[in-house]
Amino acid sequence: MTAPEPVGRIRFMNRQRVNLDGFAVEDPELGLTALCSPHDPPPSLVVTDGRITEMDGVPEAEFDSIDTHIARHGLDLSVAAEAMALSDVAFARLLADPAVPRQEIIRLSAGATPAKLTRVLALLRPPELIMAMTKLRARRTPSNQAHVTNRLDDPLLLAADAATAAAFGFREIETTVPVLGDAPSNAVACLIGAAFGADGVLIQCSVEEAAELELGMRGLTSYAETVSLYGTEQVFTDGDDTPWSKAFLTSAYASRGMKMRVSSGAGAEVLMAGAQGCSMLYLEARCVALARAIGAQGVQNGGIDGASVAASVPGGLRELMAENVMVMMRNLESCSGNDALMSESDMRRTSRTLPIVLAGSDFAFSGFGSIQRYDNMFGPSNFNAEDIDDFLAMQRDWGVDGGLRTVPAERIALLRREAAQACRAVYAHLGLADFTDGQVDLAVDAAGSKDLGETDTLAVLAAAQAIRQRGLTVVDIVAALDECGYFHEAERTMDFARARLSGDYLQTSAIFDERLHVLSLVTDPNDYAGPGTGYEPSPSRQAEIDAIRQARGVCDLRESQATFAVPLLGASGPALPGQGPRDVVIGVSPAVGRDVWRCLSGLAVTDVLREMLAGLEEEGCAGRVVRFNDSVDLGRIGLAAARLAGSGIGIGLQGKGTALIHRRDLAPLANLELYSVAPSVTLELYRLLGANAARHAKGGTPDPARNPYSDEAIEARYHTTVIALMELERRRMVPGALPEELSLEGLT
Amino acid sequence: MTDEAGIRALSGKPVAGLTVEAVRAGEVGLEDLRIHPDTLERQAVVAQEHGNPQLAANLRRAAELTRLPDDEVLAIYEALRPGRSTPAQLTGLAASLAARGLPRCAALVAEAADVYARRGLSA
Repeated sequence: MTAPEPVGRIRFMNRQRVNLDGFAVEDPELGLTALCSPHDPPPSLVVTDGRITEMDGVPEAEFDSIDTHIARHGLDLSVAAEAMALSDVAFARLLADPAVPRQEIIRLSAGATPAKLTRVLALLRPPELIMAMTKLRARRTPSNQAHVTNRLDDPLLLAADAATAAAFGFREIETTVPVLGDAPSNAVACLIGAAFGADGVLIQCSVEEAAELELGMRGLTSYAETVSLYGTEQVFTDGDDTPWSKAFLTSAYASRGMKMRVSSGAGAEVLMAGAQGCSMLYLEARCVALARAIGAQGVQNGGIDGASVAASVPGGLRELMAENVMVMMRNLESCSGNDALMSESDMRRTSRTLPIVLAGSDFAFSGFGSIQRYDNMFGPSNFNAEDIDDFLAMQRDWGVDGGLRTVPAERIALLRREAAQACRAVYAHLGLADFTDGQVDLAVDAAGSKDLGETDTLAVLAAAQAIRQRGLTVVDIVAALDECGYFHEAERTMDFARARLSGDYLQTSAIFDERLHVLSLVTDPNDYAGPGTGYEPSPSRQAEIDAIRQARGVCDLRESQATFAVPLLGASGPALPGQGPRDVVIGVSPAVGRDVWRCLSGLAVTDVLREMLAGLEEEGCAGRVVRFNDSVDLGRIGLAAARLAGSGIGIGLQGKGTALIHRRDLAPLANLELYSVAPSVTLELYRLLGANAARHAKGGTPDPARNPYSDEAIEARYHTTVIALMELERRRMVPGALPEELSLEGLT
Repeated sequence: MTDEAGIRALSGKPVAGLTVEAVRAGEVGLEDLRIHPDTLERQAVVAQEHGNPQLAANLRRAAELTRLPDDEVLAIYEALRPGRSTPAQLTGLAASLAARGLPRCAALVAEAADVYARRGLSA
């Protein structure tokens, strides 16, 4: 038996994009549960003679490798008894209470087992999670990270896009490759490009662990984050590592002065059918405890590749955010996910990201796709180049610092050209590849790699092999920039390489600001303790956040209106009362014919008047145009026009295009017909308004027009312009001024 | 923040001398842009003071590893991956590291040898 076709309302709902997403029935056996599974162990900790002999229900003899590492290295036994004795609710309240200092949470959390923190965080509701994140992130100043990749590994485009990302304010740039062999070339191209965009941007090239470390050893990259941890031993081993190999790798990075964070996140174990019936939050709690145990300074989590798995179950987004907060509780840097497109729905993906941006994280994204979705070789991020303007507007809307800023279009163009040219010059100088002027031009203008046309991908591979085989290092890149005449960028790259030698950026949550000062847990600790405390953008930073390039003021509108001025509508003298019964007055607002020439619809005011006059004429009436200088109110203008007209019928027209028909005996706010949706009124409708005014004048039957409505956010589009237009009108208004007759020359 | 004046690179050169001019004169190699173990030790103290003894321990292991060439660091990492080494090989590696003055790294490898044997992670 087939199910009956649903009714239209359901068919309509089915067609919405959110229904492309997969939603899972909660199933703890598969690990498809966010915050709590019946198989999660009860929190427990037994310490015997200074040694953990039971943790989260597991006796020492049964510890797997993850348990063992956490038990031996991860917990502060001096506070463990106190932390474990605290009730889950009491602990959770400490997180949500701004009066409890971050330091107190850090102290207690160090003694809490993974199962304990799981239970505590599962109690936090969304606003409490936001409060906890606001208070607990390590670094006071929030920041952001970008993905910079493309399908072709095209170095010129990578350089241009790295410069663009740095200019937008991203403090870390993460690249990766569709073709593993290209990795050294991508690292070099991003290193060169970023030096044009801003000082102190950290570069990462995410590839296989050993290959990534090698790039870092040569100074071509400055941090790493794709050092994956998993919550079960089986999946960890399948990932070809152990807690000890990762601990060693962590030290290896630090030994070369490289910043490093590990990567984990919900859903990874579920996808590998290895969740062992545990909740996502509990498995992640094991990863985060392990991250601390091995000595990593930070964690990239919040779903990552498994974000959509978490999002498919009830409470999944809470779980993702709780993961980030857990990292902060462990006194580590949070690089807070949002780097995988977790829904086809714009609303759901915004809903996933917004709370983290509002709270502020060390990195709101562990990769905002600064390039287009199709060029993101990590897979599309939750936000991408398509969304940069949205994100800038969201920062401004909420008055929060998401790490980005507006860059003038001319500056983007300049930086992209310099970066692409420098990349070309360095590649040529080092004998890596020869690019043409045409290729530079294409990369500068490209919105993505599809705009590059045919490229030689083998040339990229050859360049990458040369970098590897010749053992090129950051010193060679500095020398090449210098010899190619890019002195400033050579200095920048050198300053940055030198800054790493102080090791300050190995501390938790470290970034460089644009004066190469390290901001970290040590130098810029979060001191949030309620309203009036904690991070507040500086006045100059606030100005950057506020000044999006789309913002317009009255001056801008005046300039743009002036470009439409025509030598029509001159004042021909005082307006006098009309005599004939077919005399209809079109009253216009004070700025018409002076400062306002275009309606919101984009129609010229003169064309609108021309149509109204033609409409009056075709019904046998004679129209005049009179400017009323003492009011900006359309009802008053229309009524005054009617009172001046011999017929007693007037039309009112504001410069923005709103129009009505009025009669001399009506109250100002009453009228016969009104076109209220100015942006949508057409010339045909204005002509009909003229014709209907004439019909009223003759005592005939008008053919009322319907206001055109649409599903557009018409108020969002036009309200700011309306406000500026009305201001232009108001500035021309003179109380008590008499109306003026305007010339009809050129209108009839 | 650390004052740059007191910092030296692994090569022993003072950081202040590592300029583009020095690169131009061919006087800078990768060794001059590598972090010095004393710097890592100093940062370990800072990490300890900021509530993260594990990060401090990591930085101290890192200080030891500055003495090993890149290839050897990569080789030890490889040896620690699952199924690569027998317990005896790991124990041997630990002894060799200890003998060469890398006691913290040696302890990490020795602990791995023990756990790997118990958890079936050895070759």
